[in-house]
Amino acid sequence: MIEISAFLDLRNISKYYSGVIALDKVDFRVEEGEIHGLVGENGSGKSTLVKIITGVVQPEEGAIIEIKGERVHNLTPFEAFKRGIHVVHQDLSLFPNLSVAENIVSHLYLEKKNSFINWAKVRKQAHEVLRKLDLDMDLDAIVGDLRIADQQLVAICRAIASDAKMLILDEPTSSLTWREVERLFHFINSLKKRGISVIFISHRLSEVLEISDKVTVLRNGVNVGTFSKEELDENRLVSLMTGKSIIFQKKMKSVENREVILKIENLTRKGQYENINFSLYKGEILGIIGPRGSGRTELATSLFGLNPPDSGKIFFEGKEVKIKNNMEAVKLGIAYVPENRILQGLVLDHSIENNIAITNLGKISNKYGLIDKDLKRSLSIEALKEFRIKAQDVELAVKTLSGGNQQKVVLAKWILTSPKILILDSPTNGIDVGAKESIHNLIKELAEKGMSIILISDEESEVLYNCSRIIVMKEGKILGEYNPESLSEKSLRKIIQQVGENGDQEKSFEQIN
Amino acid sequence: MEIKRNPLSRLTKKNEFYLFLVLIVLSTFLAISNPKFLRLENIFDLLRNNTFLGIVALGELVVLISGGIDVSFTAIATIAQYIMGFIISTYYIDNILVAILLPIPIGIALGAINGLLVYYTRVHPVIITISTLNAFYGLLIFLSKGTWIYNFPPSFRRFAQLKLITLVNERGIKYGLSIFTGIWIVVAIITWLILKYFPIGRKIYAIGGNLEAARRAGFNIFRTQLFVYCYIGALSGLAAFVHAQLTQMIQPNAIVGRELDVIAAAILGGASVFGGSGSVAGAVMGVLLIAVIKNGLILMKLPAYWHQVVMGAIIIIAASISALQRKIKAKRESVSVG
Ligand SMILES: Nc1ncnc2c1ncn2[C@@H]1O[C@H](COP(=O)(O)OP(=O)(O)OP(=O)(O)O)[C@@H](O)[C@H]1O
Ligand SMILES: [Mg+2]
Repeated sequence: MIEISAFLDLRNISKYYSGVIALDKVDFRVEEGEIHGLVGENGSGKSTLVKIITGVVQPEEGAIIEIKGERVHNLTPFEAFKRGIHVVHQDLSLFPNLSVAENIVSHLYLEKKNSFINWAKVRKQAHEVLRKLDLDMDLDAIVGDLRIADQQLVAICRAIASDAKMLILDEPTSSLTWREVERLFHFINSLKKRGISVIFISHRLSEVLEISDKVTVLRNGVNVGTFSKEELDENRLVSLMTGKSIIFQKKMKSVENREVILKIENLTRKGQYENINFSLYKGEILGIIGPRGSGRTELATSLFGLNPPDSGKIFFEGKEVKIKNNMEAVKLGIAYVPENRILQGLVLDHSIENNIAITNLGKISNKYGLIDKDLKRSLSIEALKEFRIKAQDVELAVKTLSGGNQQKVVLAKWILTSPKILILDSPTNGIDVGAKESIHNLIKELAEKGMSIILISDEESEVLYNCSRIIVMKEGKILGEYNPESLSEKSLRKIIQQVGENGDQEKSFEQIN
Repeated sequence: MEIKRNPLSRLTKKNEFYLFLVLIVLSTFLAISNPKFLRLENIFDLLRNNTFLGIVALGELVVLISGGIDVSFTAIATIAQYIMGFIISTYYIDNILVAILLPIPIGIALGAINGLLVYYTRVHPVIITISTLNAFYGLLIFLSKGTWIYNFPPSFRRFAQLKLITLVNERGIKYGLSIFTGIWIVVAIITWLILKYFPIGRKIYAIGGNLEAARRAGFNIFRTQLFVYCYIGALSGLAAFVHAQLTQMIQPNAIVGRELDVIAAAILGGASVFGGSGSVAGAVMGVLLIAVIKNGLILMKLPAYWHQVVMGAIIIIAASISALQRKIKAKRESVSVG
């Protein structure tokens, strides 16, 4: 019999938060050199488990934590780090005011021998880490100025900067492109060969199945079981997570009544996008997909008045408009849900209720223009149901919610404003399959009622099954418009990937189309 | 693919760069309207008279970077100064080293009280230090009954005359660069070294940028916060010595009330009340800016009540500029996302 030794052995782990049971007597074991997937719905306790393993929070009494066979009491972040447990937290936990290089090698400040900082060494070491993942980044850029995907890469680099025995990745890929994910997986596999254990958390179940040897499923803070990869497929995972199985997805029909609500002519912003032309019909869901840097987000922010175009025209309901700022956009009836939701969309210390109220003051005011507390409460309770936000009460601070549930609050606060045009930037990144489906259904319902939606996404399946038309963008240009009915997930991925490899292959796409 | 920013654009993004420009423009303006202003004599005087402000502003800078704030340093300085003055005058200790070194540990001890309270109570440092300001100051007034101290030993008086450079003006009067300006420069260099080259300095920036992330990274928050409040305590002690030297008397009510000048100088220099930003160069220039403006007002013979109006206006302008910068930056960020 071959003896496999556990790097990490957790038994009887519970965690309670004022009435919420985040974890309930969970056992969890990770072998040396094993890639262990961890999945579960939003709020099922994944991040809480990570925080316990890394000493960020303490479990309830009765918990047993063993690292390499040694019982550990009162684990602190420093202790966990010293034992080789390195982590990318779901909220990244970076220092926004410091440079990329310094963030990556900030662990140097923990070592006693570094009593004086050698900046050349800092940059050199950071550069080496970037090379491990084959990344090219400005080492001196301030992390807070970076886009969310780059911040994720910085956080990953930081976790792999020094020699880890265990690497924990709490949703590291939600904003990354397939190519960056591929590089990351390649690197993770190389770690595995060196006997390093990896815990990988993601809502992209296909990624989890691709990379993991074993997968543990949490449901409502309970360990439903640990399975080897061979026993699983996506359907099985979903039913383990939710107790239900995936519903067969149908593609959208194109809208019949082609009433143009928004028309874009030759819109250009230098260095971001060029000569963009398209129309958005009333009641349709238009998908925009393209790799990072394709200009899709920049285009969306221009439509919301945050990033004025240099030239070109925008027609709203047939009239030419200039959207100079976001107030004007809101007045026209345009809402925009940005990708970096946690940072931009929420006041974390305030209640769910207040966060939702702030964009919906009209709905909850009485005839004197004062806020009606009951209306405010009922609106928020409604939102909890519709968006499947897992929370005990609407009066709780948003920061006590799990990462995915925080995102749902942002979606709720904007969608509830019932805009005419809703722009969603990667709305389901970090949201579990069950809630994802209900958000998709909700979007479709809204479209049926006449709302026009622009859905920006990285995921082929998301645009394919939820949009009536798909626009592919690359390097600031529109490469083509596609009808989802004539595409499969594979062919769409191929279009996007080839676009990524080589821009001259546009002709072949037309054939696919 | 990331676009590398060129060094020049990086420079113009820096707060210090604009501060420097403003300082130059203002000085030129003053020099034109009153040629006396640019006389070395006036400049040396200006530096000497602002040493107290300059030293404590460096301490406040460090606290602000860490995401905290200290308004009690004037009371700390007053206590340190009073105990030092009391001891050297009562026992007539004619040794300047005692006078220099006595107030510093007193400042550190009082700073440590702030640090402990901030860490353990988790109450906002404004509240904590307003309370300790009143507690420290009240206690001193009670014990000292407000009496002044001025019978210092000769070494104490002689030290105040020391010059690093001595020159003679056209009327044959000696003037020079005061020893106190030298002390200020040394403190500025030490602070810069700590912030830039010592792990504790980087941890101060880190906790100011994201406290929870710093905790998760395993940084010792307690030690960092304690250091920060002890550091401003130590500098308050040192500045208290300088202040007593410059005035050659110790009044319990001479320093308290100058908190806003110091915080304004640090914020003018680019430190933020939200933590995580600020630099030594900025804090020094912030102090110089305030000094030059006040000096200009004096040279222009404006009545004293105008000084307050001008100072108020400056603080409002500085605060709005940094708020505006944040807004522009936030806008830029929201666009670059994705
Ligand atoms: N500080 C806190 N105070 C109160 N409740 C909390 C706190 N932190 C977490 N919780 C609750 O614990 C539960 C588990 O949260 P956790 O963040 O572990 O979920 P998760 O599985 O990581 O979800 P997601 O996929 O959305 O990231 C949630 O119900 C959450 O609201
Ligand atoms: Mg989580």
